[in-house]
Amino acid sequence: MSDARAAILGRLRTIRTAAAPTLPDWSVTVPEPDRLKSFRERLEASHAEVHASTSADWPTLLADRLKARGNERGAAGGSTKVLFAPGTDRGRQLADAWAGQTDLHLVAYDQPVETLKDVLVHGVDAAVTETRGGIAETGTLILWPSSKEPRLMSLLPPLHVALVRANEIFGTLTEAMTAQKWSGGMPTNALLISGPSKTADIEQTLAYGVHGPKELMVIVLES
Amino acid sequence: MASNLATAEGAVSTAPDFAARASVALKDAGLRRKFRRAMDGLMTKRAAQFPDADAWTSLRARGSAIRRRSLARLPELLEQLDTRCRANGIQVHWAETSADADRIIQGILTDHGVRTVIKGKSMVSEEIHLNDFLARHQISAVESDLGEFVIQLAHETPSHIIMPCIHKSREDVAALFHSQIPDQAYTDDVDALTATARRVLREQFASADAGLSGVNFAVAETGTLCLVENEGNGRLSTTLPPLHIAVMGLEKVVERLEDVPPLLTLLTRSATGQPITTYVNFISGPRRQGEQDGPHEVHLVLLDNGRTRIFGDSQLRETLACIRCGACMNHCPVYTRVGGHAYDAVYPGPIGKILTPQINGMETAGDLPHASSLCGACGEVCPVSIPIPNLLVRLRGEAAHRDPASTVKGNGARHSSLEDLTWRGWRLMYSIPLAYRLGTRLLTLVGNAMPASLPMLKNWTSVRTKPQFARQPLNVLVRSRGIDHE
Repeated sequence: MSDARAAILGRLRTIRTAAAPTLPDWSVTVPEPDRLKSFRERLEASHAEVHASTSADWPTLLADRLKARGNERGAAGGSTKVLFAPGTDRGRQLADAWAGQTDLHLVAYDQPVETLKDVLVHGVDAAVTETRGGIAETGTLILWPSSKEPRLMSLLPPLHVALVRANEIFGTLTEAMTAQKWSGGMPTNALLISGPSKTADIEQTLAYGVHGPKELMVIVLES
Repeated sequence: MASNLATAEGAVSTAPDFAARASVALKDAGLRRKFRRAMDGLMTKRAAQFPDADAWTSLRARGSAIRRRSLARLPELLEQLDTRCRANGIQVHWAETSADADRIIQGILTDHGVRTVIKGKSMVSEEIHLNDFLARHQISAVESDLGEFVIQLAHETPSHIIMPCIHKSREDVAALFHSQIPDQAYTDDVDALTATARRVLREQFASADAGLSGVNFAVAETGTLCLVENEGNGRLSTTLPPLHIAVMGLEKVVERLEDVPPLLTLLTRSATGQPITTYVNFISGPRRQGEQDGPHEVHLVLLDNGRTRIFGDSQLRETLACIRCGACMNHCPVYTRVGGHAYDAVYPGPIGKILTPQINGMETAGDLPHASSLCGACGEVCPVSIPIPNLLVRLRGEAAHRDPASTVKGNGARHSSLEDLTWRGWRLMYSIPLAYRLGTRLLTLVGNAMPASLPMLKNWTSVRTKPQFARQPLNVLVRSRGIDHE
């Protein structure tokens, strides 16, 4: 269909257009001192759960939270299967910290999806991922999935747990893109996540977990 | 109620023109209630997102300029997008027509032995009637957006570009699921219905051989496809199956990545009153060496289907600035009352009224620009300042007047000699004083005796009271009060 390409571009090029307009100034920001608060409030407004912790303590906090959930589900719930990224620093930290856990079972995402598909689609209760920071204005997580921390981790399990460093919360998406030099090289997949999966297609009634995680838990790590 | 609705809609879809379909829809109280409620909600939510008029004005100016700038540089940006995507490993295809796009997509799927393709929501795929085409080639296309899933089960078409099953009540969906999904007990609980869709579609995602999606913005600078959604089905369609095909109208390209944030915020706030959607998905290539998931191949199909023709007219080109937020339909007094199906078009509402006649031609869609009171609400809320009312007026003219220089498809197809004659008579009467005096005298004498059921008068009087003619024309009245020559 390279003929179509030539034909379409050829037609477009024969058409005279006005000079491209310059872009008028536009900027929005969230002042530094308000960022954490705004980030948290926006996420909570989007039905996410936000916890504060530290780089050292978060595995304990997460274990407690997950066990509490397990207890709510009752004994029939069995152990909670948590998908994690064994190749990342946070993944290794989690594996070390949870070494003696009996109610929490870690599942490593270290093989191609083709091998792990059934486990990923049906066999995990939660997944833990890192983030490349957050956006205060909209309560948004920035994820750049990688070979160590694949794309489906934040999508298939019913609960997504995301770790955000408090000092990586940007005011706006534009600020994050600029600071992290997105235009210099994009990953296969970059994601903005602003709450659990939701729909309002039936009578504009909000329902969560239609396809992706039903719950989103964000742990903000104070430096 | 569900069966009443089906009857009414059946009648709507077979009526020959908008006016006839609208008359049927207007009598459907259930339909009107559903649209009124949904549109009221969407308008309120949008308004809450733009509380500060200055902030709205400057954001809108930026977004409008970005779209105009992208269009001004369209050929070079498309070429850059093509180059960048290829460099990223995305295979790019160009389609002149809907039929070409269908064939390209079917070709890719057939080459890979695909039997089932899972779809994220895409209006362009509706535009090219992809599902029907694939079905004829023994490939099953499964819609995964909840609203699209519902209407696919019901064998219907979307009635709104963002919320496709607005015309269905909770009870309609409950009955549909109960009858169409094996072992599904009747429930009208929205959470339970949503959970059912998750269960059914999870299996489809896991087993599908390919995923298909639309594109909200394509970034030329980086070769990135940007997809906006709340459900996660778009992410699943573009991540889980081994093959991903994205299809987009060629006008969706933007220059730079930094153009995305203002357009994104305009889109989500205008569409559903959200500061941002749950997911914004930037795709810049297939799975790379060492990565554990993502499709092995990504294809991008760029669709023309009349867009270069629209591009050729500097005024009508504005149509291509659209970012498909649907705010124009949410605020349209006509759309709210008749619903999306009355337009009998893929794109309903104000944007559809200017887009459909230009894509399909005036022969079949020349009546759509008249489906408006020209109240201006659509132009007022458009986040990229498309002067929809002006374009409606322009297209009314294009439908009626034959102009050899016009590039509009089916120009003059709605030409009416009677209409021409009427306007010529009008002009004559207003340019010859004697004719004006005689004409107005005549109307004062016989105007009130004219029956309201006269052929042309009836169009007006069927829903309005016939006006009363005064005993004397205005110019006589004025003179009798001693005012002469102004």
